[in-house]
Amino acid sequence: MHELSIAMSIVELAEEEAECRGVQVKAVHLKLGVLSGVVKEALLSCYEMACEGTSLQGSRLLVEDVSVAIFCPGCRAQRPVCSLQMFCCAECGTPCSEIVHGKELEVVALEIQECVPNPV
Amino acid sequence: MRPEPRLIEVRKHVLKQNDVVARSLRERFRAAGVFVVSLVSSPGSGKTAFLEKILTRLRANYRVAALVGDLATENDALRLARSQAPVKQITTGTLCHLEAAMVQSSLEEWNLSQLDFLFIENVGNLVCPSSYDLGEDIRLVLISVTEGEDKPLKYPTIFNSADIAVVTKADLAWAVEFDWATAYNNIQAVRPGMLVFRLSAKNGEGIQEFIEFLAARLIELRQAAAV
Repeated sequence: MHELSIAMSIVELAEEEAECRGVQVKAVHLKLGVLSGVVKEALLSCYEMACEGTSLQGSRLLVEDVSVAIFCPGCRAQRPVCSLQMFCCAECGTPCSEIVHGKELEVVALEIQECVPNPV
Repeated sequence: MRPEPRLIEVRKHVLKQNDVVARSLRERFRAAGVFVVSLVSSPGSGKTAFLEKILTRLRANYRVAALVGDLATENDALRLARSQAPVKQITTGTLCHLEAAMVQSSLEEWNLSQLDFLFIENVGNLVCPSSYDLGEDIRLVLISVTEGEDKPLKYPTIFNSADIAVVTKADLAWAVEFDWATAYNNIQAVRPGMLVFRLSAKNGEGIQEFIEFLAARLIELRQAAAV
């Protein structure tokens, strides 16, 4: 169960970005590979906790799942795998271990709102 | 009026901090000429027994040391210390995995250039350690025959983060009717081409082959560095 520390890293990263741009974060868009070792549901439930007391409190975490893609030496192209239990090219069945996608754990975008200066 | 929310592109790895530390560790290991092996497995699959055996055998010809991660006790470090190799415990508290920064701070007092092999035993866990690079040259994933042949199918992510599989407790294979061919095929199914060793820390089966493998990898590392 390392999702809480991952969630805290996400919040930290988003806070840094927001601070240097002087904006408020409404939502964090995350790409999550199925081979990242992170469980989406656990991460989502930790996110709110990680946001508490930070400038991201009340923000949302939007997760885009990324499935596994390998480079198939048979097809000489990027292909999906049959399954995680069967690392073969879904097209031609060649066993492949060169992973192109599926390990992502990446903040790709932030939904932000410009901070309006307080009326004097 | 408050401006509408809008989307900005960021593209940042969440574990970038860990990856940066891991990269600097890898550079340090390379410069010191030490070959670094990390071990992951579920609790009780025999990481410590395996390591005690390997450290004892390697010590005859090489300078070896080990870092061992554990949630609470120092029992593993005490067991490994019987091999006479320098051993340091990393107690993680409630953290279920090692991170590169923990490895870095544990190495502060060690002179890496006086080592040939460094082993890093992760916390017993087949899920969380897969996300964290520790700067190692190779990562071993261990499964014991008592865990069953289908472990690779249940934990494909950790097998995909590791380089080599080691099947331990081979001396018990007959007692649990462990089907070697099925286990081997399952490993190949989740990670085609993965090198697999079968051994027993108890009766020594397969240990020599593994020692020879490590010795060859150390030579390769040093030759690559010399070019």
